Amino acid sequence: MKLKTVILAGTALAFAGSSALATDLTLVSWGGAYQASQKAAYADPYTADNPDITVIWDESSAEAVAKLRAMNEAGNITWDLVDVVASDAIRLCDEGLALEIDPDTDLAAAPDGTPASEDFGDLLVSECFIPQIVYSTTFGYRSDVADWGGKEPDDICDVFDLEAFPGKRSLEKRPINNMEWALLCDGVAKEEVYDVLETEEGQDRAFAKLDTIKDNVVWWSAGAETPQLLADSEVVIGSTYNGRLFALIEEQKQPVKMLWDAQVFDLDGWIIPAGLPEDRLAEVKKFVKYATDTQRLADQAKYISYGPARKSSAPLVGKHASLGIDMAPHMPTDPENAKNTFLYNYEWWADYRDDIDAKFQAWLAQ
Amino acid sequence: MSDTTQDGQLLTTADGKPLKASLAKALRREKLRALMLIAPLLIFVLITFVAPIADMLFRSVENGIVADTLPKTVVALEAWDSTSGEAPDETVFAALYEDMVIAVDEKTHTRLGSRLNYEESGISSLFRKTGRRIKRMDEAGPFKEQFLDADKDWGTVETWQVLKRYSPRITSGYFLNSFDAQLTADGVEMKPEDERIYMFLFGRTLFLSIVITISCLLLGYPIAFLLAALPLRTSNLLMILVLLPFWTSLLVRTSAWKVLLQQQGVINDFLVWTGLISEAGRLVMINNQTGTIIAMTHILLPFMILPLYSVMKTISPTYVRAAKSLGANDWISFWRVYFPQSVPGIGAGAVLVFILSIGYYITPELVGGTSGIFISNRIAYHISSSLNWGLAAALGTLLLVAVMVLFVVYDKIVGIDNVKLG
Repeated sequence: MKLKTVILAGTALAFAGSSALATDLTLVSWGGAYQASQKAAYADPYTADNPDITVIWDESSAEAVAKLRAMNEAGNITWDLVDVVASDAIRLCDEGLALEIDPDTDLAAAPDGTPASEDFGDLLVSECFIPQIVYSTTFGYRSDVADWGGKEPDDICDVFDLEAFPGKRSLEKRPINNMEWALLCDGVAKEEVYDVLETEEGQDRAFAKLDTIKDNVVWWSAGAETPQLLADSEVVIGSTYNGRLFALIEEQKQPVKMLWDAQVFDLDGWIIPAGLPEDRLAEVKKFVKYATDTQRLADQAKYISYGPARKSSAPLVGKHASLGIDMAPHMPTDPENAKNTFLYNYEWWADYRDDIDAKFQAWLAQ
Repeated sequence: MSDTTQDGQLLTTADGKPLKASLAKALRREKLRALMLIAPLLIFVLITFVAPIADMLFRSVENGIVADTLPKTVVALEAWDSTSGEAPDETVFAALYEDMVIAVDEKTHTRLGSRLNYEESGISSLFRKTGRRIKRMDEAGPFKEQFLDADKDWGTVETWQVLKRYSPRITSGYFLNSFDAQLTADGVEMKPEDERIYMFLFGRTLFLSIVITISCLLLGYPIAFLLAALPLRTSNLLMILVLLPFWTSLLVRTSAWKVLLQQQGVINDFLVWTGLISEAGRLVMINNQTGTIIAMTHILLPFMILPLYSVMKTISPTYVRAAKSLGANDWISFWRVYFPQSVPGIGAGAVLVFILSIGYYITPELVGGTSGIFISNRIAYHISSSLNWGLAAALGTLLLVAVMVLFVVYDKIVGIDNVKLG
C-alpha cells in the first residue's frame, strides 16, 4: 500500500514534472454520526471544489489530548486538524500543543460582514479553539414507565426524586455536570453553584445529594451507553448528549422523551496542532476557513441535532437531510428547549478538575 | 586438561600458534557472530521496549518543569522561609517577572500551571490569568503589587509553599500520591479520608485478579483434562470451540455479556419466566464485581486451558493405569498420580492469567460499574484524560513492583522451575 503510493508518487513526479502533488489532509474526529455530519457538510463539498486534496479521517478524538502530547514529544505531528470538546481545547492550549489563532484573520466573516470574533462571540473560550457546534448534556426518559402513574419528569430535580419517579438512572462517570445538578437540586441558586462547589462543605453537599440516588445509578463513560440502556429499559432516565437522544427518538422511534431542563451547554470544535510545517499549516487554515463559515455550519445541522456555533448560521438551519423533519425545534439552543440552561464553567473546571475528580472517584468506590 | 605436552612444550596448531590462544580466538569469533545474528532483535527490543519503559518509569520522579520554567524564581525562593507565614518579598517577585516574561513568550507558563494544579487547585488559572497580564505590567516595578493586582493568590503563602516544595528536579510527590499521601508544609501526611483511593484500588485489583485466576482454574482444569483425554479428532474439534472466542473481538465478547447479564437481559428474563425469581427481584449481575469476574474469567479462560492442555498431553496414561492396577481407586490415582504431574501447567496458566488480569482495563471499564474497576482504569485516565503522566507512571511502577514481588513469592512457594508451557 505504502510502497504503491511511493511508486505512484514517483511516477507522477517523473511524468508531471512541475504539477503539484495531491495533498493529504488528516482530520481527527469522533467517528459515528457526528463525523458523518462533518464529512457531508464540510469535507465532501471541499474536496469537490479542490480535487487535489484528499481528506483522511482518524477517529481518535477521545484520546486526542494524550496522543497529541505523545506526537509533540516525538516531534512528529501526523494530524492536521483535530476535533475536540472545549475543555480539552483549553487543556491543549495550556500545554502548548494547540496553535493560537486569530479569529478575524483565520476565520471567515459572516455574510453580512460581521467579523468572526463577534459572530462566534463568547463561544471562543480559548485562544486556540475554533467552535463548530453547541451541544448539550441533558436527560432522556422513557415515556412508558408504569410505576410513574402517568406522570412525566419535567424538572431536573425529578432525577433525584426516587419516590415520584422510581427506577434506575444513568449518569456520566465523572464529576462534571453531576455535581452542578446535585447542588441545583439541593437548593443552591444557579449563579452560586460554582462558588459553593469551591468549598469543602459545598462538595460534601453535592456528594450527599448524589448519595440519595447512588444505589440506583448506572454510571456511563461512553455517550452511546445511555441510549442503549434506555432502549433496553435498563434505566428509566439518563443523561447523555442531546444528539444521541435525537437519534434514539427520531431515527429509532423508541418511546423516549427529552428532559431539557437544566441542560448543560458545551462546545465542540477544531484545534490546529502546534508545530505543523508552513505549507501544511497553510492548507489547514484554508480548509478551516471554509469549514467554519456560516453556510457550512448551518449545513451540518441537516445531519445532526447540534446547534451551529455562529449566530449568523442559526436562521439558515433547515430540515433533516433524510428524515425531512424541521431541525430547529431539536436544537439545544431552540428557545422552547433553552428555557432553563446551565453553562459549563471551563475556567473553573480547569482549576478544580483534578481535585474533585479524585474525590469523586473515591466517593464512587466507597 | 593441560596445555603443555609431557616434555613441557606448548601445544600448537599446524601454523605454529599456541592452541589455547587459537581456540579462544575461534570461540570469540563465534560469539561475535552469534551476537551479530541476534543484534537486530536485541536493538529492536532495547529501542522499542526497554527504553520507552525506562523513560516512562523515570517520569514518576522527574520534575524539571518548575526549575526550567522559572529558573530565577527558584533560586530567589531559596532565601525565603516557607514557615514564616508571609509571602516572599520584592526580590522574588522581580525574579518571577523576568521568568514569566520569557515563559509567556515561549508559552510554557500554562504548562507549569497545569503541572502545579495537580498539587493545589487553582494554580492553573493563576498562571493563565497572570500570563495574560504580564505584557501590561510596568517593567520598572514594583512587581509584588502588580502581581497581587493580577491575582490575589500570589499573596497567599500556600501558593509559594507549593512552588518551593516542587522546585527540586526530582520529586517524590507522584509516588506519595500513589500511596494516598501528600507532601505538605509539615512533611508527609496521609490525604484526607475522602480522597484516598489508590491503595484501595491496588488491593481490589489484586483481590479480583486472584478470584479471576481461581475461577479460570476451576473452569479450565476439567476442560483441559477432557481435551487431553479424548481422541485427537474430537479434541481438535473441541479445541476450536475453546479458541473461537479467542478470535472474536474483545469488545464484542464484553458487549455480549452485557446483553446476557443486565437486569432486562437474557438470563434475568429466563429466570423470571421460569418463576425462580420475581419481576421485582431481578438479579444485579453487571456493573459490579460479579460482572467483572464473569466477563474477565470468560476472556482469560483460553490462557488457562492452553498451557494446562499442553502439559496434560505429555502425561502418559500408563502411570494412572499402573496406579489403578496396584489397587488405587479413581480419586487416589488422580490426586496422587495425575494431579502432581499437571502442576507445572497450573503454574504456567495461573501466572499468565493473573498477570494479564492485573493490567486489564477495557473490560472492567465496560462491565465493572463502580465496584469492579481496577487500578489500570485510573492509570488509563491519567494518561489519556488528566494528562498527569507523572502520577500514571508512579502508579504503573507500583503495579510493576507488586507483580514482581508476587512473582518472587510465587517462586518461593511453587518454584519457577515448576512452570511449563508444554
